[in-house]
Amino acid sequence: MMDAFLTAHKLSVTLAGREVLHDISLALPRQHLVALVGPNGAGKTTLLRALAGLLPARGAIHVGGDALSALSLRERAKRFGYLPQGHMVHWPLPARDIVALGRYPHGATDPARLSPTDEAAVERAMQATDVTQFSTRPATELSGGERSRVALARVLAVEAPVILADEPTAALDPRFQIEVMKNLRAAADSGILAIVVTHDLGLAARYADMVMVMQEGRLVAQGAPAEALSDEILANVFRVTAYRTGHEHRMIIVPWAGV
Amino acid sequence: MVTENAAAKRRTGTIIVMALLVVLLALISLGVGPVRMSPLKVLETLFGGGSDVYRVIVQEIRLPRTILAVAIGAILGLSGAALQGLLRNPLASPSLFGAPQAAAFGAVLVIALGLADVRSYALPGAAIIMAFLSVFALLVVAGRNAGLLILILAGLAISSLAGAATALAMNLSSNPFVALEIAFWLLGSLEDRSFRHVMLALPFITIGAIILMSQRNALRALSLGEETAQSLGVHVGSLRLIVILGVAFGVGGAVAGTIGFIGLIAPHLMRPLVGYDPARLLVPSALAGAALLLAADIAVRIIPSTSDIKVGVLTSLIGVPFFLYLIMRERRALGGGVG
Repeated sequence: MMDAFLTAHKLSVTLAGREVLHDISLALPRQHLVALVGPNGAGKTTLLRALAGLLPARGAIHVGGDALSALSLRERAKRFGYLPQGHMVHWPLPARDIVALGRYPHGATDPARLSPTDEAAVERAMQATDVTQFSTRPATELSGGERSRVALARVLAVEAPVILADEPTAALDPRFQIEVMKNLRAAADSGILAIVVTHDLGLAARYADMVMVMQEGRLVAQGAPAEALSDEILANVFRVTAYRTGHEHRMIIVPWAGV
Repeated sequence: MVTENAAAKRRTGTIIVMALLVVLLALISLGVGPVRMSPLKVLETLFGGGSDVYRVIVQEIRLPRTILAVAIGAILGLSGAALQGLLRNPLASPSLFGAPQAAAFGAVLVIALGLADVRSYALPGAAIIMAFLSVFALLVVAGRNAGLLILILAGLAISSLAGAATALAMNLSSNPFVALEIAFWLLGSLEDRSFRHVMLALPFITIGAIILMSQRNALRALSLGEETAQSLGVHVGSLRLIVILGVAFGVGGAVAGTIGFIGLIAPHLMRPLVGYDPARLLVPSALAGAALLLAADIAVRIIPSTSDIKVGVLTSLIGVPFFLYLIMRERRALGGGVG
């Protein structure tokens, strides 16, 4: 395995008096797409937030060799592109302005005055997600799929070494689920570490280099898709059996029945 | 991009037109009163022309009132836009959340207890502290990411509490002059203001405006929600406190008493013209606020009535129906908040 870029050592998180993450340790290299799976309430979103430093956690997180706790909010923001669930936009801002907010950590706080570097990053991100044609459309008038691509473009525009995406394919039709995963796959291939929370085991098996399985606040399995999504783990964690086959040298896995 | 330039041009055009409107209304305001003057005559008098009597009327009697109307209207419009940006809610405004009522209570307390002369800095000082406490309490009670319903209910409770505390202070004060001064604060008026009042108000209003303007880009990032804004490097906790502080400085420093609803209306008038970006809405809203308060203050002097109509009463008379209209327009979103 390559050198780990993002590591967590004995990470625990307590929310409202309840410990929701227990002793999570991980070491993830760049140029990888990591799928984070687990039943509802397993703590996937909490883990993403803790890794991004968005909530207080015990234990140690290192990113690019630096302790997360020693980094300023702005330094953290440059290292993590964070895509939350639902990607809400509260005001009808033009799509391009939303993508341009991805340059905020780099000091480009006004979308109307971007430096050529920032402008180029915004352009690249919008082209990668195919949202250039929505530039001036208010985000609230876009369809769910269009809006989530704009949100992804905003995260790509940060050009951070790590992307943390919380269910980026939820509420998308099949074509855009594939588009979003392809975008994240391309980001990983270009050297980024992308951690993607998903409930879609098929997408996880098809696109991820590595799958991490969570259950009740613990990391119960991690490894290549075939190992981490074994029949035994599916039965114990998800309480399902799966139908497996292959296509174009990728594993296909379809949850089949409850156990 | 062509369309983006068009939006920027439209915004610049709006700002220029609004600034000209404020200047025109200011000239009209200087000409309105027992001695009426045309805007041209006012201009001439302002720059040293005309008779001595006219100069005294314009420069010493009416100018402070007009300056205060511009400054207070502007800070109210700015506060409203900033608060709507902070709470990501178009129905937010200082007056709905009890801030001016709490500020009035602070001022009333100082007057009733005889702590200070009515023209001392203690008055806006106390008003600022109470305004800050009230908005802070509102956000603590309502919690993070509170829905509109919760915010309005908490605001109602806080303004009722401030109202009751004010009534108590009036109740306990034996001096009739105190009651008169208190009534003045509660109704909101720009009458009989001198340059002393201008000196009292301007520093606080300026500080409030600088504080609010400094947070404009963070407010834009907040459009994506608190968590995402934080992931982009915005200190959401301090942003919240700073904006509250700015609003408190603005509302508390406004020595005209309770003038409601300008902060609610001004951003709404500007959004169709300059767009929804909270950062780009601040300056146009300030100009709209100044224009609204000037217009209202001109109206109370023109409307024939047996006794003076207070400008705060007029803004509420116009503002409340406008608020009801907004509720009707946002009804669906409000219903969602309840469910």
